[in-house]
Amino acid sequence: MKRIIYLLALVLPSQILADWQVNMPRGVTPTSEIAYDIHMLMFWVTVVIGVLVFGAMIYSIIYHRKSVGHQPAKFHESTKVEIIWTVIPFLILVACAIPATKALIMMEDTSDAGITLKVTGYQWMWEYEYLEDGVNFFSKIDNKSNNARRLNSGKDVNNVENYLRNVDNEVVLPTDTKVRLLLTASDVIHAWWVPELGGKKDAIPGYVNELWINIKKPGVYRGACAELCGKDHGFMPIVVRAVPKLEYEKWVSLKKDNRVAESQNIGR
Amino acid sequence: MSTNVQDIHEDHHHTPSGLMRWITTTNHKDIGSLYLWFSLLMFFVGGFMALIIRAELFEPGLQLVVPGFFNQMTTMHALIMIFGAVMPAFVGLANWQIPIMIGAPDMALPRLNNWSFWILPFAFTMLLSTLFFDSGGPAAGWTLYPPLSLQGGNSMPFVILSIHLLGISSILGAINVIATILNMRAPGMTLMKMPIFIWTWLITAFLLIAAMPVLAGAITMLLTDRFFGTSFFTASGGGDPVMFQHIFWFFGHPEVYILILPAFGIVSTIIPAFSRKKLFGYDSMVYATASIALLSFIVWAHHMFTVGMPLAGEIFFMLTTMLIAVPTGIKVFNWVATMWRGSMTFETPMLFALAFIILFTIGGFSGLMLAMTPADFQYHDTYFVVAHFHYVLVPGAVFAIIAAVYYWLPKWTGKMYSESLGKLHFWLTTIFVNLTFFPMHFVGLAGMPRRIPDYPVQFADFNAIASVGAFGFGLSQLLFIYILYNTLKRDVTAEDKVWDGAEGLEWTLSSPPPYHSFEKAPRVE
Ligand code: HEM
Ligand SMILES: [Cu+2]
Ligand SMILES: [Cu+2]
Repeated sequence: MKRIIYLLALVLPSQILADWQVNMPRGVTPTSEIAYDIHMLMFWVTVVIGVLVFGAMIYSIIYHRKSVGHQPAKFHESTKVEIIWTVIPFLILVACAIPATKALIMMEDTSDAGITLKVTGYQWMWEYEYLEDGVNFFSKIDNKSNNARRLNSGKDVNNVENYLRNVDNEVVLPTDTKVRLLLTASDVIHAWWVPELGGKKDAIPGYVNELWINIKKPGVYRGACAELCGKDHGFMPIVVRAVPKLEYEKWVSLKKDNRVAESQNIGR
Repeated sequence: MSTNVQDIHEDHHHTPSGLMRWITTTNHKDIGSLYLWFSLLMFFVGGFMALIIRAELFEPGLQLVVPGFFNQMTTMHALIMIFGAVMPAFVGLANWQIPIMIGAPDMALPRLNNWSFWILPFAFTMLLSTLFFDSGGPAAGWTLYPPLSLQGGNSMPFVILSIHLLGISSILGAINVIATILNMRAPGMTLMKMPIFIWTWLITAFLLIAAMPVLAGAITMLLTDRFFGTSFFTASGGGDPVMFQHIFWFFGHPEVYILILPAFGIVSTIIPAFSRKKLFGYDSMVYATASIALLSFIVWAHHMFTVGMPLAGEIFFMLTTMLIAVPTGIKVFNWVATMWRGSMTFETPMLFALAFIILFTIGGFSGLMLAMTPADFQYHDTYFVVAHFHYVLVPGAVFAIIAAVYYWLPKWTGKMYSESLGKLHFWLTTIFVNLTFFPMHFVGLAGMPRRIPDYPVQFADFNAIASVGAFGFGLSQLLFIYILYNTLKRDVTAEDKVWDGAEGLEWTLSSPPPYHSFEKAPRVE
């Protein structure tokens, strides 16, 4: 068995850089954690049901076959068991629905946010506006990825750092702060999604959607547009750098100074 | 009654031969065969597009196609497979089987029947021709969401017209199915004595009549938005892009049940035959099918949890979607109870039906997970969804179609297929289908969005496996073609009652059945 796996690994491309992640990340926000918990709850519920149903089926396939001389029974209905296997699944579902509904109520509560970040989707980049702090900029895929991803670019994408996951201007956000995102789009529908920060939300022209995140751990979190938005839909990544509050404030004033300097340069 | 039979005989003698026979035919078996061959052709056309997609996704970086063309492939692949392969296959089975299962001479509306088939080749020629336009084919996904779909090139009106034609064809077919089932059953066959396949098709036909006009409305509004200055879906003109999604999925969710209910009927026919035991819980199967059909009209927005619905809406659609799992579960339990203490054998149709139960159920499990709104915020528009719907559609709907073909082919042709080749086909198909679609769960959960032509290197390994699986799956289907050819050429005649455990009127007819199936209606006790 081991040998087969090694062999497979040899055949497969880029096995050094790739990882074998098979599950949803638990993430670093309350919303991503609750999504993960509901996901795992449902996963185990389906595993248990699967083991029971497939177990019965496989038992039957092994023992109730003609070739071992099994004679067919005559029964073909039973109101009692029909009721049992209607009611029990129903109760299981009710048991799952309760935590899910609670989670949903929590996820949709965008009140009392510390800062507000307006995100606008364009074909094919994002615009970020910090409404309270007066910072705004565009963010698109970085040049290295963008050059390597062209058809016949002649570049080995395995050697590009963070291929398709890097941008020119990162979003910087403070940790331990409730951030309210306002999502909209200027042309077609996009969706803003960073898996480790929780679920996605569509950015729709004419709509302003809300989403909140509260990042518990400093770090760099990467995501991408999740709604088909035209030919370069696969090439509009998102990078969020979460830093402690003080550092965030420094970043804001730095951005503002740059802004002032820039405008003075233009004025001159 | 006797004059009727006379008329039909008159017709028979005027039947043209050669190509004209197929163009002018009003015979349910001829039309059934046309549908099935057409569907097989479309499976290969759509499959070829899928292989272009999988070849590009074999490793990270763009090697073969540009992103715009990639999007045309995903859009066309879905449209062809749904409207060209799976739906016509089921209509073909309905045409062949309904008259011979209810003891009728033919379908109720034979000329309409001819027309509903012959619309299809024109519609698909038009749809496929858009790929050769300078601006290319449709590229906004089979869901055609505006505003993106309004940006498309010249292909758009052609695509919309062809979808209209497909809708007309489906509605005509559905009317015919309903008229036949309600009016032409053999004396003594009450509704609750109908074969279960007939029941599932009757319910499917009502779904078609209810759902297809909704799609027609949605795409007509797209057309007028693009060409006649309306702005139903354009925000800048006071319209609402999300409204399109509501209308589309009001059609779309019933549509997915149109794609699976006849499959339920097929599996509910095959499992008892090879278990040598009656279907467990016939009545509850009928009620479960009907309640799935009704519920399917109040769950549509589970496809759009991320558009920013009010909380109450999200909760409502989560709960109703979860509710669908109950009747679906009942079906699976009934199948297992049918097998329980039976006397099973494992011919090719049975193998495909058993694989259906297990693999469709896996698709149902991921469906249940997707129904949970808080988790769906993560799953939505990722490869996890792609894995879900391929599990319910390929080892679901497609396996049921293949099982039905193996099950009834000896009846249709009077020739027996090669059992050993059939089993080989089964094992190859089952192994490769899992190799293709199971890893998609993993990359989806790990964060790979759907509908992208290129991906970060961390997803490389599972994508390579999926691509290998897809090519294996595609090549295995060439064996299916060979088996069909081989069956027709072989000299192994099939008995009238091909399977010893099978029940139903079709097995009382000769193999192949006479041209006007039941000229005299049989009596059902
Ligand atoms: C237990 C039953 C089922 C449940 C609870 C269920 C639930 C769902 C949900 C919630 C989604 C939306 C996921 C998302 O986009 O985020 C979905 C997608 C889908 N399902 Fe199911 N499903 C079930 C059975 C089926 C069946 C029987 C079929 C068809 C044979 C089917 C075909 C599809 C398709 C085609 C999509 C994706 C459509 C698209 O976005 O292109 N599902 N399902
Ligand atoms: Cu996008
Ligand atoms: Cu649905």
